[in-house]
Amino acid sequence: MGEVLVVTSGKGGVGKTTAVANIGTALAALGKKVCLIDADIGLRNLDVVLGLENRIVYDLVDVVDGICEWRKALIRDKRFEGLHLLPAAQTKDKTAVNPAQMKALCGELAGDFDYVVVDCPAGIEQGFRNAIAGANRALIVSTPEVAAVRDADRVVGLLEAEGFQGPKLVINRLRPAMVRRGDMMDIDDMIEILAIELLGVVPEDEKIVVSTNRGEPASADLSCRAGQAYRNIARRLEGEMVPLMSLDIEAGFFNRLVKRLFRNGTNG
Amino acid sequence: MDLQKFFRKPSSKEVAKERLRLVLIQDRSAVSPQLMDRVRGRILEAVSEFLEVDEQGLEVNLNHRETRVALVANIPIRKVKRGAGL
Ligand SMILES: Nc1ncnc2c1ncn2[C@@H]1O[C@H](COP(=O)(O)OP(=O)(O)OP(=O)(O)O)[C@@H](O)[C@H]1O
Ligand SMILES: [Mg+2]
Repeated sequence: MGEVLVVTSGKGGVGKTTAVANIGTALAALGKKVCLIDADIGLRNLDVVLGLENRIVYDLVDVVDGICEWRKALIRDKRFEGLHLLPAAQTKDKTAVNPAQMKALCGELAGDFDYVVVDCPAGIEQGFRNAIAGANRALIVSTPEVAAVRDADRVVGLLEAEGFQGPKLVINRLRPAMVRRGDMMDIDDMIEILAIELLGVVPEDEKIVVSTNRGEPASADLSCRAGQAYRNIARRLEGEMVPLMSLDIEAGFFNRLVKRLFRNGTNG
Repeated sequence: MDLQKFFRKPSSKEVAKERLRLVLIQDRSAVSPQLMDRVRGRILEAVSEFLEVDEQGLEVNLNHRETRVALVANIPIRKVKRGAGL
């Protein structure tokens, strides 16, 4: 059985879809069989971030409605062996799917894939309920900003109430220069406040915009810092101990700890 | 005393952290009215076994202090039930 991960945040626009596309691509590059589900019905985005928008025939709603079998609806990414996308419907809304249907679908997909990664819409209502229904692990994306962290905390609470154990944190859009001058919360601040385990830290990176423009996920670009961060996350999901990459931030507690654990450099 | 440090404006990250700390105390202890009703009902049930409670006057609230939350109940008693003191 594969794992079903939901990527969620509460707050909108913090980088869920970007994370799903890049972590998915990176997992596929590790030789995993991956299915990405865009659960943001009505606001389909994952297809364009992946550059697969021209290949959509069927969507998630067609599958749960039984119009089409999931095998037929999946788009196979020709650039990345093993990567598949089940796109969201664009002309329906969240009520077109219910949690029971999502649970059944994710269960079936988990039988065929190593990873099923669900891109959750913003908010904590039905779209969120649908996205988490079939998942057994959760990744929380948050930027180092008050509103994003507050919403992340709320989502952690809701996930715990649903029986999720140990949701993991992905800090996105960290800006080392701002951290250095005391104008942005750092990694340790975020971990301390949210009290959940860290999975990875993605720096603010212009190349994300460029790669999204082109529909080519940044994690395939070996020179991209953010891409490196997503590749590291994929390896950690695979159980590898990968040190945080150096963001040239004054070493806080977590960095010191990591440095102590991995004495041989921090550029993994 | 280091006057410069004393008068220093806290960095914006320190302000952000402190604001988050306070707002999360509130958020995390936020309880729905439905849940409070159920708590109230169960307290009433438990206490009524021994004491006759003035239901109209029953007050059950969550009080937020700096860093702690307390459940505070004010339960007016009409009389002690016969035999309950045994
Ligand atoms: N590390 C990063 N560096 C720079 N830009 C980023 C980074 N991560 C995300 N972005 C940009 O932020 C914007 C929002 O990202 P994205 O669409 O992934 O967020 P989302 O959480 O899925 O939003 P929504 O809640 O609307 O679904 C996009 O324009 C994306 O390119
Ligand atoms: Mg999105």
